[in-house]
Parts: sequence; C-alpha cells; structure tokens
Amino acid sequence: MALSDKDRIFQNLYGTQPWNLPAARMRGNWDGTAAILARGRDAIIEEVKNSGLRGRGGAGFPTGMKWSFMPKQSDGRPSYLVVNADESEPGTCKDRDIIRHDPHTLIEGCLIAGFAMGAIAGYIYIRGEYYNESVILEAAIAEAYEAGLLGKNAAGSGYDFDLYVHRGAGAYICGEETALIESLEGKKGMPRLKPPFPAAVGLYGCPTTVNNVETIAVVPEILRRGGEWFAAFGRPKNSGTKIFCIQGHVNKPCNVEAEMSIPMRELIERYAGGVRGGWDNLLCVIPGGSSTPLLPKHICDDVLMDFDALREHRSGLGTAGVIVMDKSTDVIKAIARLSAFYKHESCGQCTPCREGMGWVKRMMDRMVTGDAEVEEIDVLENVTRRIEGHTICALADGGVWPVQGLIRHFRPLMEERIAAFKARSTRLAAE
Amino acid sequence: MAKVTVDGIEVEVPNGASVLQACEAAGKEIPRFCYHERLSVAGNCRMCLVEVERAPKPVASCAFPVADGMKVFTDTPVVRNARRGVMEFLLINHPLDCPICDQGGECDLQDQAYAYGHDKSRYGEPKRAVKDKDIGPLIKTVMTRCIQCTRCVRFAAEVAGTPELGGTNRGENMEIGTYVEKALTSELSGNLIDICPVGALTSRPYAFVSRPWELSKTESVDVLDAVGANIRVDARGPEVLRIIPRINEVVNEEWMADRGRFSFDGLKRRRLDRPWVKRDGKLVAATWPEAFAAIAAKLSALPGDRIGAVAGALADAESTLALKDLMAAYGSANLDCRDDFAAIDASRPDFHRFNTTIAGIDEADALLIIGSDVRREAPVLNARIRKRWAAGKFPVGFVGPRGVDLTYPAQHLGEGPGAMGAFAETLKAAKKPMIILGRGALTRPDGAAVLAAAWALADQAGALAPDWHGFNLLHLFGGQAGALELGFVPGAGGKDLAAMLAGGVDALWLLNADGFDPARIAAGTFVIYQGHHGDAMASRADVILPGAAYTEKDATWVNTEGRAQRGRLAIFPPGEAREDWRIIRAFSEGVGKALPYDDTGAIRARLAQASPVFARVGEVARSGCADTSGPAAKGKPSDAPFALPIEVYHQADVISRASDTMAQCAAVYGPQPALAAE
Repeated sequence: MALSDKDRIFQNLYGTQPWNLPAARMRGNWDGTAAILARGRDAIIEEVKNSGLRGRGGAGFPTGMKWSFMPKQSDGRPSYLVVNADESEPGTCKDRDIIRHDPHTLIEGCLIAGFAMGAIAGYIYIRGEYYNESVILEAAIAEAYEAGLLGKNAAGSGYDFDLYVHRGAGAYICGEETALIESLEGKKGMPRLKPPFPAAVGLYGCPTTVNNVETIAVVPEILRRGGEWFAAFGRPKNSGTKIFCIQGHVNKPCNVEAEMSIPMRELIERYAGGVRGGWDNLLCVIPGGSSTPLLPKHICDDVLMDFDALREHRSGLGTAGVIVMDKSTDVIKAIARLSAFYKHESCGQCTPCREGMGWVKRMMDRMVTGDAEVEEIDVLENVTRRIEGHTICALADGGVWPVQGLIRHFRPLMEERIAAFKARSTRLAAE
Repeated sequence: MAKVTVDGIEVEVPNGASVLQACEAAGKEIPRFCYHERLSVAGNCRMCLVEVERAPKPVASCAFPVADGMKVFTDTPVVRNARRGVMEFLLINHPLDCPICDQGGECDLQDQAYAYGHDKSRYGEPKRAVKDKDIGPLIKTVMTRCIQCTRCVRFAAEVAGTPELGGTNRGENMEIGTYVEKALTSELSGNLIDICPVGALTSRPYAFVSRPWELSKTESVDVLDAVGANIRVDARGPEVLRIIPRINEVVNEEWMADRGRFSFDGLKRRRLDRPWVKRDGKLVAATWPEAFAAIAAKLSALPGDRIGAVAGALADAESTLALKDLMAAYGSANLDCRDDFAAIDASRPDFHRFNTTIAGIDEADALLIIGSDVRREAPVLNARIRKRWAAGKFPVGFVGPRGVDLTYPAQHLGEGPGAMGAFAETLKAAKKPMIILGRGALTRPDGAAVLAAAWALADQAGALAPDWHGFNLLHLFGGQAGALELGFVPGAGGKDLAAMLAGGVDALWLLNADGFDPARIAAGTFVIYQGHHGDAMASRADVILPGAAYTEKDATWVNTEGRAQRGRLAIFPPGEAREDWRIIRAFSEGVGKALPYDDTGAIRARLAQASPVFARVGEVARSGCADTSGPAAKGKPSDAPFALPIEVYHQADVISRASDTMAQCAAVYGPQPALAAE
C-alpha cells in the first residue's frame, strides 16, 4: 500500500509551494513548537526512542539513544548540535531537496533536537557545492530569527538557541562526523580517533551530537503526531518514512518519501516509472548510495528496502540512494568509477585506505579492460579485506564494499572479460 | 588501576593508559610507526592493531584506552593478517632502495618488514614518487620514502613549538612539507631525523657517509650549551661522523639541540695540533719542551700576584682544577672563570645554579624569564618549558628585547631590569614560581645589581622556600658551571678578569677562554692560550698549548643545574694535542711544582674533595632555599635594555665557528646582509 499524502512529512519536497516561513506555517511547520519543548528533554528523547527513528545518514544508529548519550548536567562546557548537510554520497540528493524546498522542517528540528540534548547552539555544515541551498537556508534562518523562532526565548519556549550555517569546501570525508567537526573547527578534515566519541569530546572539545539533515527534519512531525504514528510504518526496528532517491536507468528518476520496508520493485515501479525497458531488463541495483554493495536482479525481485533486509543480503540501506542499472550497463566500469571516487576522497591519514584505495582503483581499471589475470580477482578481493575494518573511519569500508559486491555477484563476468582480453591479444599477436 | 589480560598475562596499568602501554607492561612488543611516547597520539599508521575481546574490529592499541577486565590478544591470525596488510600497503609505494638509504640498519620499516613483510610484492601498478623538499641545510629529505606517519608534524608543532610542517593534499597524494618551501626555523630540527621512522628525513651532513654498524659508539655529554644533553658520539677511525642524543629523563629526555648535534665537523678544522711559541713577534711551531720552557722562563721571573688564569666556556672540570692548583702553587689568587664578565656571585652555589632543576620545571606554575632567549641559549630546556606551558595554567613573563619568540606565549614586560617587578603579582599568586635569569643579563656593568634585584624579586615572590628553590641562573656553555663549582674566581686579594686585562698581571694563562675580545688584553701581557681551536684568542697568544676538544678526552662537565656528568674519549686528539689537565700536570712537574695527582682516578678524587658536586656524578642534590639572604648588591640596576649574549645561534662557540655545516646554517638563519638595492 502506498504511503498516503497526509502521512508525508515533507509536504513540499518537490518545491510546488514557496519555501518561506508563511508557506511553511501553512504546511504545519512551527505549529506548537513551544508546547513540544514544554514537555521537557526526557519526554522528547523518550518519544523519539518510541518512534524507532534510526539515523538517516547511512549508519542507521537509533537517534533517541544517540541523543541520550549527551550529558544531562553540564560540567561547565556547553553542548552543541551539529547537523551534517555535507551530503556527498554519490546517488544521494535528499538533503538538498529538504533544504531548498522545506528548510523550516530542518530549522524547527534543530531547535527541538538542540533543546532535547541541552545544546546552546547548532551548526549546520553544508557542503560547499550547495551554494544556492545555503543561500535559502540562511534566508530561512534569518526569517526564523525575525519571527522569534530562534535566538533568545526561541519560539516562545523560554529556551535560548542559536543556529549557524557553515559551508564546507566539498570534501566527501567531511561527511564523516569527526572529520566534519575538525573541518568546522577550521582544520583539515581528517577523522578523529574514537573513543572519545563526540558526545564526550566533540566540537571545540565540548559534548556534541552530529545528525543527518533528514533525521533532524523529521523530528518535529514525529513529536506532533506521536512516536507511535511514525513507528507504524515499516517493519519493527526499521520504522518510519524515508526519502528515497531513485536514479539511473529508470523512466522517471525522482526523490520520493515512502514507507520504510517497501519492496524495492514496488518502489521503482510505482514512483520511478519502472526500469528502462521493463523489470526484466534490470541488471542490478545499488540500494543505498555508492558505498553499499550492489544487488543483482534476482535479489532485487523481492528484497525489502530497509536496514535489516538489505543487511541480510550483505548490502545496506545507507542513505537510500537507489542507483538502478539496466542490462546496457558495463557494471565493472561503473564500480571502477566508484573506486576512483574513493581513491580521490581518501583523506590520507590511515595507511590501508591511503595506499590501498589507489591499488584497488588501478586494479579495477584493468578489470574494466580485462587486462589482468584471473587470479588477480582473488588478490583484489584480498586487498579489499585488508583495507576493510583496519582504519579510523568507515570511508575505507564504504570504498571497498562496492568492489566486494561486484566480485561476489559478477565474478563470472570479470573472468569472461579477462578471457576475452587474452583472446584478443593472442589474436593480435598472431596476426 | 585497571587489570588487563594480554595474551593470558595479567597486568595492572593505570586507568587511562592505552592498550599499547598495557601490552608493553606485559612484555609484548607492539610494532608501531606513528606512535611516539613523547608526541600526541595520531593512530594513523594502523600497525599496532590488536584484538580486544568483544570489539568487532581490531583496534589501534596506541589510541584505545584500557578498561578493567579487558582481554587483549596480540598474536592472533586476525592481528597478524592486519599487520601484514599494513606492511604490504606501506611497501607498495615505498621505494625499495634500502641499499642507498641512510636509514638502512636503523629503519623501523626495514625492521618490521622482517617480521611482517612478504617475500615478493603483489603490487604491479606504477609507484608513487614525491618531489623532495628543501627544508634547510641540516635535514635531507627523500619524500618518496615518507610513510605519512606525521611524527615530524607533531614534533614540530608540539615539542619544538614551530608548527612549520604539515600534510598537504589528500589520500595517496598527501605530502609532508612546509607548503611554501622554507628552511625549518627550529633549533631542535635535528631531532626530526631521529623520530622519522624511515629514511624520509635524514641528516644532510651524514648523507652517504657511513653505516651504523661501522661506527664506534661512545656515550658522552654535549657541552655546546649548558643543558648537558646526554649524547652518543659515533666515530670511525679519527673522525666523529655524527652525534645523537641518549635518553635521560631528567636532563634532555631524548632531544638535543642542533648546534651540539651538527657542529662536529668543526672538530676537524682550524685545530691547534701542535704547540706554538711567539718569537720575534711571530708564532712559530714548537715542541712541547720548548713551549713549556718559554712559559717556565716567563713565570719564574714573576711574583705570584702578577700571574693570572682564566677558564672559559669549554674548559672541563679536571683541567680547571689543575690550573687552579697550579696557580695556587705559584701563589696567585688571580683566577676568573667569568670570561664574559658576567657578575656572578660564586660565594654560594645557589646564586649560580639552575636550582629548580630541569625536571623541576614540570612542577612550576609561573615563570619569569629575565634577559635570556632561552630558545637559543638552551633549546632543549626551552622545550621543557614549552611542555610545561602546554600542560596548562603556566603564565610566563619575559624581560628582554622585543621580537624574541620563545615558542610559547610570554608576556613581554619590558626591555630593561625595571620591568621585572611587573610580574611580581603573578609570581606571588603561584605556588611554585620560577625565575630564570640569563647569564647574558649579568654581563652589563650593573650585572651585580641585576643579580641582586632578581634574587630579591624571587624572595618577595615566595620562590625561595624551604621546599622550593625558584631562582635559576641559566649558563650558556658546558664548562661555565663546573668552574664556578670549583671556585675558579679571585681568591683573597685576587684580581678579577677586568683587573687582569687592564694590566693587573704580566702573564695570563687562558684555558679555553674565548669569551672576550683579545684586544682588551693589555699590551705587554704574556699570554698562554690553552685550547683546541685557532680562534681569535689564539692569535694573541705568546705560547699556544694544544688541548683536546670534548669528544677527545675523558672529562667531567657540570651543567647549569650543577649536575656533574662524564664525557668520554671518542677519538684521540689530533697531532700533538693532549688532554688538558695532563698538559698542566706535565708543566707543573717541569717547574718543580708537581701537582699531587697523575692519573684520572686521582684527579677525580681531588675533584670530589673540591666540591661535593663531583662526588655524585649524574645526580643533582635538589633542595629548597635554606638561606634567603641575597648576593651582595652594588646600587640599583640601571634601566638600560638587556642585550642577548648569543647573536648567531649556529656560531656561538669555537667549535661551531669552525664548522662548515654551522656556517651554512648561519648563512640561512643568521642575520641577513642587507640587499645592495636597499
């Protein structure tokens, strides 16, 4: 059953109405915010926990629990909320539409989340390429200040909360929460060692929570309608609605807010007009942004789009950037392109990622043409295993998963390619 | 304390310790590249991965804190595989040029490759090459060998306090460098060579000179500043090839200053390798008997009070004592070891010592520096101050010329002695305040008054307590403190240096005394110069006695704290040159005033008798201030601005002035000549 329009949190995802405050108020944003805050910190966190909301940035950590790690009593240091709008995962463009068409869902969410974790200020770290979006966001925040929704006695709640926008310079690694904090502090965006986690030592050494834009933006509606309403969508532990970004070889690429645990086939066919050339023309799908391993058609036939179902198939929901590839795709080349991306975006701090990503990329380049030995597929697989899990942050993991997925599902194709190359070069040599 | 089980061995380590420390406590060696005990933790090399029970992934042991009951495994298939992986990754872009690499034989990467390397490479793609950087005359870079461990970046930023290194670019294009190419400005830059785990940063003067296994290694002390850094002198045959620091936690930790490390090539140049005697106004080569005869003839004709002796910056304790005894035999009380005219009061040891001690800096909670550019006068000691400052809550005040960068923020109070008092309140508020008085601040005409004023300020501020001595004099060279401990100052009725130079004596014996302008010696004074370098003073001499430099003799040196330490003979003195105290002993015998010792054991017994400092070599008796009465004051200090004693850091003594390496440094870092167009 399709999600009905009234249950959609982002009423202006397609920008059919203005983004500004009066229009946002018409859509129900900023309705009774003071009353929500009046419930108190613990009640808000409890409600978010009840909703089953899991982080929308990729890792899927339960949001309510994350907030509850923030200190209840300050030891003299202030606390901060940081919103990760450094949306750089290839295949993902949901936060962009939230910010440019529905910024007030995010701003209201910042106030509520900031209040719930006792933060005195929030920082929205927006990627540098989102220039137009940052202009809109700044304007929306200015509107909110003007209307008394932010600043001293925000929204009439008696709580003081400031919100700032910081533009990044366009590094993928700055989407990693600790690298984002480093970058926000003005340093080179390199992930920090954990522990200590940001909730203990974060921005400027103070307790900090970093959340994705979508995670924060759905919070006000959850609190208005109740955690149970949100939890009613999707399977247990995978609840809620979610914006999916469907692209690639589909007839109508789109962002759509749908129910969690929707079957992938239904998602693609109902909202994106189906695969180009029909479902049988499907080769594979990358279900959750470039970091998640691809799934071949036979899995896509009946897989559900949620954290746990995709994990069972050794992939992941990630950011829900669904990249659809039909049979015209050179899937080895597609994955080789992703390897090049991760090589380029590695920060260079940890040895396995710094040195290994270039190696993987160069081997993948040869796999594209078939200029390799069959045994090198095993070397490639082994190299990815030696990178995975041995670094400070998860960029390296995300960088090698697509290659692992390729080898897992398309090894025969890679071997064919190598055999064809060998045959061609033998023939050329003979001529 | 937390109980941790490492491979089945239970150890107790303090809470907050890292897993790596726990493994070391259990006797398990953990391979590492980026981790260094004295630097912040970076955790980026990933070589020290270990398995921890219930952790989903292997953890970096250098950065992971221990928890009570934790079980650590350092030798499992997962761990070995992870380390082999890291080693393989490090080697794919590392040139396998060990045969032509100066780090070969003492390279962490080479050593670990034996344990975790493969016999052949699986990597067939092109290797990365990185352009070498020019970071000055001391450090040679081969940046392709760099493994991006960032130890050098952290050392420069944290210990040296000159954050000039960093990483540019990302991923495999990351390069370590200064971004805009420049020479590093640190006086501790040589330590980068030691901390670099591979051959990316090596010693430029030592490039392609030797292999570590060819060197004979001699443990000694550095005397080119007054810190007394513990060093190892590596020599081959008659040459010193390099000098590297040894660990001594209470003196130099594991650092040493560039001048001490790199000026050894000065030991081969401008050496006095035979005696010289002036005949008809010209110095001519002579034999030892001729030189001794010339001196004996002059001295025997003079009454004791017309003979004087001066011990200088690089005179060891044995020879200083021998010279003092010889002067006593001649009946002369005209002694002075303050060849820079510093108005040091030698009447009580704590008037001229660094009483807080170097390790004691860690306990201090406020500091006033008077007339001393500590960074250039004692770089290692300055790093210790910086370390204390970095630990927090450590206000520092500075009186002296403007524009002095100490590598930590210091409140500039003024340029002359009058500004000292401005810091009194801060010192009073502190529990353990410290005052560092530069030796250079006492070379002024009103030096005695400056000394008295600084002492009085220390007294007022509560720095002179029964359990805390916060008054510190910072000497400049390795021989200065020892001579003061031996009381090499005018005895009863004796003349001081100024009086001697002004014609107060007819014969002057200069032992390594190069601290003053030779032109100040009155015409007609018979000058005996005993030393190792033909610097300005030697040309004024009537007789030159060639002595041994600090690497060429077994000698005792006292650092600014009053810590006696032994230097040892690494190479033999060149030519006819001899150990200094033996020269004096031999002379004394020839003139019938034989000194009562004729071997090292005997003169050291005499040293221990002369001052308790020499009875406890390597240690320092740290105490509070029992008597707060200060040095004798002569009026009030004027308000003339302080001048710093060392103009060019790299050429401050006779050895470094003879060094080609230091000349190159001086050309790069020293005062630059004005451009013709200006």
